[in-house]
This record gives sequence, structure tokens and C-alpha cells, in this order.
Amino acid sequence: MSKQEQHWEKTRNLLFVTLAIWFVFSIGIFFFATEMNASGIKPFGYPLTYWFTCQGSLGIFVILIFWFAGRQEKIDEEFGFTEREDD
Amino acid sequence: MIKGKFIDNLPKVYGIYTGGFLVFIILMAIAEQAGMSAKMIGIFFVAFTVFIYALIGYLSRTLQVDAYYVAGRQVPTVFNGMATAADWMSGASFVAMAGGIYFKGYGYMALLVGWTGGYVLVASLLAPYLRKFGCYTVPDFIGTRYGGNLARLSAVIVLTVASFTYVTAQINATGTIASVALDIPFNIAVYVGLASILMCSMLGGMRAVTWTQVAQYIVLIIAYLIPVFWISNKIGAGFFPHFMLADEVARIAELENQFGLGTIKNSAADLATVPKGLAGITKAHSDVNTTPWKFISLAVCMMAGTASLPHVMMRYFTTPSVKAARRSVGWSLFFIFLLYSSAPMLATLSKLSLMDPNLPTGIIGKSISDVQAIDWYQNWNQANLMFVSDFNGNGTLELNEFFMGGKAVVLATPEVAGLPYVISGLVAAGGMAAAMSTADGLVLAISNALSHDIYYKIINPKAETAKRLIVARVLLVIIGFAGATIAALEIQGILGSVIWAFDFAMSGLFFPLVLGVWWKRANAQGAVAGMLLGLISGTAYLVWVRNGGAGFWGVTQLTFGIVGSLVSLVSMIVVSLITKAPDSATQKMVDEVRIPSGKTVLGKQH
Repeated sequence: MSKQEQHWEKTRNLLFVTLAIWFVFSIGIFFFATEMNASGIKPFGYPLTYWFTCQGSLGIFVILIFWFAGRQEKIDEEFGFTEREDD
Repeated sequence: MIKGKFIDNLPKVYGIYTGGFLVFIILMAIAEQAGMSAKMIGIFFVAFTVFIYALIGYLSRTLQVDAYYVAGRQVPTVFNGMATAADWMSGASFVAMAGGIYFKGYGYMALLVGWTGGYVLVASLLAPYLRKFGCYTVPDFIGTRYGGNLARLSAVIVLTVASFTYVTAQINATGTIASVALDIPFNIAVYVGLASILMCSMLGGMRAVTWTQVAQYIVLIIAYLIPVFWISNKIGAGFFPHFMLADEVARIAELENQFGLGTIKNSAADLATVPKGLAGITKAHSDVNTTPWKFISLAVCMMAGTASLPHVMMRYFTTPSVKAARRSVGWSLFFIFLLYSSAPMLATLSKLSLMDPNLPTGIIGKSISDVQAIDWYQNWNQANLMFVSDFNGNGTLELNEFFMGGKAVVLATPEVAGLPYVISGLVAAGGMAAAMSTADGLVLAISNALSHDIYYKIINPKAETAKRLIVARVLLVIIGFAGATIAALEIQGILGSVIWAFDFAMSGLFFPLVLGVWWKRANAQGAVAGMLLGLISGTAYLVWVRNGGAGFWGVTQLTFGIVGSLVSLVSMIVVSLITKAPDSATQKMVDEVRIPSGKTVLGKQH
């Protein structure tokens, strides 16, 4: 396998992990919205589903993108595909 | 005061700007104490901020192609994040979203999840690869990746349909605010809004739009957060509302029960007397009050739409590198998060201020004649955004007898909660900034696609730089006027048109863009089929449902993108597989796009 193919395979795996986390917090948990609200788990005192829709999922997305960017930069570095003139 | 290159001084420039804006707010507050009228304060806020944007637009004028189309590709990561956030958050986010949550509760909170989750798709599937490509516009990517004028033209068609639907809503929003703040008729105010929008973008293209958007972000975030924090502290709900409103959310649920929400229903004859466009609270505030599929389908449409809207994507063409494009998506979402996480808090505070009889501002349970005598009620009633009526004839105002327009939740809450008028002026300026920044991005996306992809790439490839930029500017003005003319007709509400725009973009562009990077076998025939059949089937479904069609799979007129994009995906794969694979040059181009290092696929000047 060439260097470029290996790079792309790692990139693709990172994509799958990222999309899996994204799926859980944007779609998956909302199938169980009623159960979550009834669960009695109350972050900051808010009902659980309510909290996820107004803060939880949103915050997780922000962190997820920065984590993804960091991992992708590592992959690019590993195979020497980093841009030379960085800001 | 400032030495060296503008780009190196950005933190200083915008620091001074933010300080100046805060000083301006304080001056206005002093003027209000000294007796300046509410009307004058409103005029000052809107006129002053719009003047600043126009000034920035003028100072950023340019005669260079890459400055006009992609701001010279030197916008630093964090500032591009701010500009994208302003580009993204429109009148719908600023003015209409908290209202949607106020009335519909959980069902509309799908917008919060959808309009943020989409950025994960932007960062991981598209933005870095499109940046590496080095295109000026989204159709530029489609046209070069797939090859051929037909693919380019199809992309321009989808872009125009989606962005134009979106821009009429934004011009509508600028018109609404300008007409309230400057006290002029709506159909004239629409053109005042348009003139301000064009002043920002005409001379400097993307460069001017970038630097005005950063300025607009600062105004809109200050204007959104100050009332939320102020009201929360004023009613003693907690100094940091986002983490401290749990008791208030619970209190609303308690009051909803007490006032008989959901059990007391208005008769159709009573509802017929309510002015058009106003609504009462009919859904519980924090309960799960909709089916999972309804919530999820709306969120999915908004997420895929985010990743296909050209005016957002083109912001990531302006960063200095691929790495910066990726990080910039994170910063964009962070800046958006600041406002979006506050919207439900604003809805909560607004609702509690009106509902709780223990608060001095609560009106439910008061006598109807008392409510009708309140100053702010009379103002907003006159603006056709508030209405009360004694349906059961008992003389007191019940929860089901109070009606409000969606826009009023954000615009009127400061007044309702008893904040000084200077805050209302600030909120008007914020709404104006939100609508203008998005309108600028959209008008530019359309006119750039028409001037670069249709005029330069298809009609007249030999055109000189000067001529190309003149064509771009003329188109900008024409599209702006067309948008304003349609906005003046008021066909659909702000939130509704914006949601449609996402569905249109998703129907036609999502899979052709994503598969262009992630599936080498995708070819021109497949892409054209995907774009056109997706757009046509989505539109047909919308028309069918609008005209009384039953629909299927629970897909409504707000989520027709699900049908469009599925047709797009299937037709793109089928047509690609039964036609010839792309040639080796195209395959090599896709390989090039997938690694950050090396030259962009398209040259610096193309």
C-alpha cells in the first residue's frame, strides 16, 4: 500500500469515528427523548433531553470538531502531508 | 495609531471597535436618562451601526480577483470563525428562533441541534478538501471535479434556488427592523435594508464582506447576550443564566399546569378574531412534545442543509491553509454556540416574565383592561405583534387569551421585562446586523457564481479582470433588487423560508459535493443527474404537500429535503455506475485534494 493510500485509510477511519459520535448526539439519543426526560438524571437541574437540545449536544459538537481537527493534523504529520507555510 | 499590515493588527482593530461600541451603548444610556426619546435611540442605534459597516465596506474596496472572490485567502482562523458565525446566524437565528422555541418548545429545538450538528459534517466531509481544491465558488468545485459546463450550470441552478429563497427572508428581516426602528413603511424599508447590504459588499466583494461580518458578529452577540444576562439577574434567576435556570424551567411547567395549558382550548370562532401571524402558547416548554421522527427529520435536514449551503462553504475558501480551514470550522461553531445556547434561555426568561404572577411583569391573571393600558402592550399591539382578547368573558387575562408574533419574543422581551429602552435599541441593531451579514454572504454567493461560473467560465473565458469584476458588481445589484422586490411581497415568514432554503440546498448539492471528494467513481453524468433530479423531486414534493398532498414517511413541507436528497443519492450512484468511470486525470485530481500539502488544484488566478 502506498503512503497516500495508508494516509487515506487512516483519514477515513477517523471520519467514521467522528461521524459515529456525531450520529449518537445529533440523532441517536433523540429516539429515546421521552425516556431520557423521565430518567431523573438532571444536569444543572434541567430535564435531560431539554439539556441536551439546548447545551449538551451543541457543546459536544464544538469539542468534537476541535478533537477531529487535532487528530487529522496528527495523521497528516505522520505521513508528511502537512502544508509547509502554516499560519 | 496602527502600524503595519491590517491583517497583523486585527485583534487591536476589533478590540478598539468593540470598546467603541460599548462606549456608544453607554452614551445612549446616558442620553436616555437625559430624556432622549425612544424613537431617536432606535434611529441612532440602527443608523450608527449601518454607517460603520458601510465604512468598513468602503475601506475594503478592491480591484483584484482573488481579493474580490476569496478575500485574498488570508483570513486568520479565529476571525474567519467570527465572520462565518455572522454569515450563518441570520434573522432567523437572531429574531425568529427564540420565538419558535417559545411557542413550540421541544419541537423547534431540533433547529438548535440541526444548525450546530451540521458543522461536524462541514469539518469532516467537505471544508478542508474544498479549501485544498482552491476554488472561488462552490460550482467552481463541481465544474472542475466532474468536468463540463452542464455540471457547472446545474450547480449554479441549485445554488441560486437555495440562496435566493434564503436571501428574500433576510431582506424581509432587515426591512422589518428598519421599518420599526426608523418608522417608515415596510415596502420602503426593504429598499433601505437593501441599500445598506449593497454598501457592504459591492466595492470589496468577499474581502469587504469578511471584515464587515466580523464587525456584525460583535454587535449581534453583544445585543443577544446583554438582555439574557440582565433579565436573569433582574428577576433573581441567577447571575449566569445558562447554568442556573433549572428552577425557572420547572416553575414554567408548574404554571402551565396551573393555567390549564393543553386542557383549555380556544374555539375556532374565537381564534378567527386573532390577527394573522400571531400565536398563543400551545405546547409545553420543556416536555418532549413531538414524535422522535418529527424532531430527528427536521434536525437531519438542517444538518445536511448546513453542509450544502454555498455561502457557508465559501467562507472556508478564504483561510490561509487547509489546516486553518478545519480549525476555523471549530471556531465558527464555538461562536455560534454562544448565541444558540442562549436562545432557549431567552425563551425561558421571556415566558416567565409574562406568565409568573409573582413577578411585577407577569400579565397572566391580571385584568384585561389593566393589560391593555400597559405602554409596551399598546406599542406592540399597534405593530400587529401582540393581541389579547377576553374569550371567556371573566375580565381577567388567561394563558390562552394572550397572543404574540414570533418576532416579538426577541424584539419585545427587553421592554416587557422592564429593561431601559437603550437595550431595545441595541437588540434592533443586533437583529439588523444578523440579517445584513447573512444577506451579504448570500447575495455575494449568487452573484459570484453567476459572474465567475456562468459569465467567465462558460460565456466569455477571455474576459479581462476589470470586466469580470464589473460584471460581478452589476449582477450583485440586480440580484439584490430582485430579492428586495420579492421580499416586499411577503410570501412566506422568515423562519419558514430559511428552512426551505436548507431543504433546497440539501436536495441538490449535498451528495454531489460529498461524493465528489469521497467517491472517486462519481462522474459528471451522475452528478448532473443527482443535482437536477434531487432538486426537481424535492421541489415537486414541496408543491404537492403545499397543495394539500398527504405526503409520505411523515415528511412535511419543512423536511422535503429528505425526499430530494434520497432521490439525488440514488440517481447519482445509478447513473455514475452505468456510465464511464472518470478519466485518470480526474482520479489523480481527487487524490491531490485528499492530502493537505502541495499546490491547490486550481491556480491562484483562474
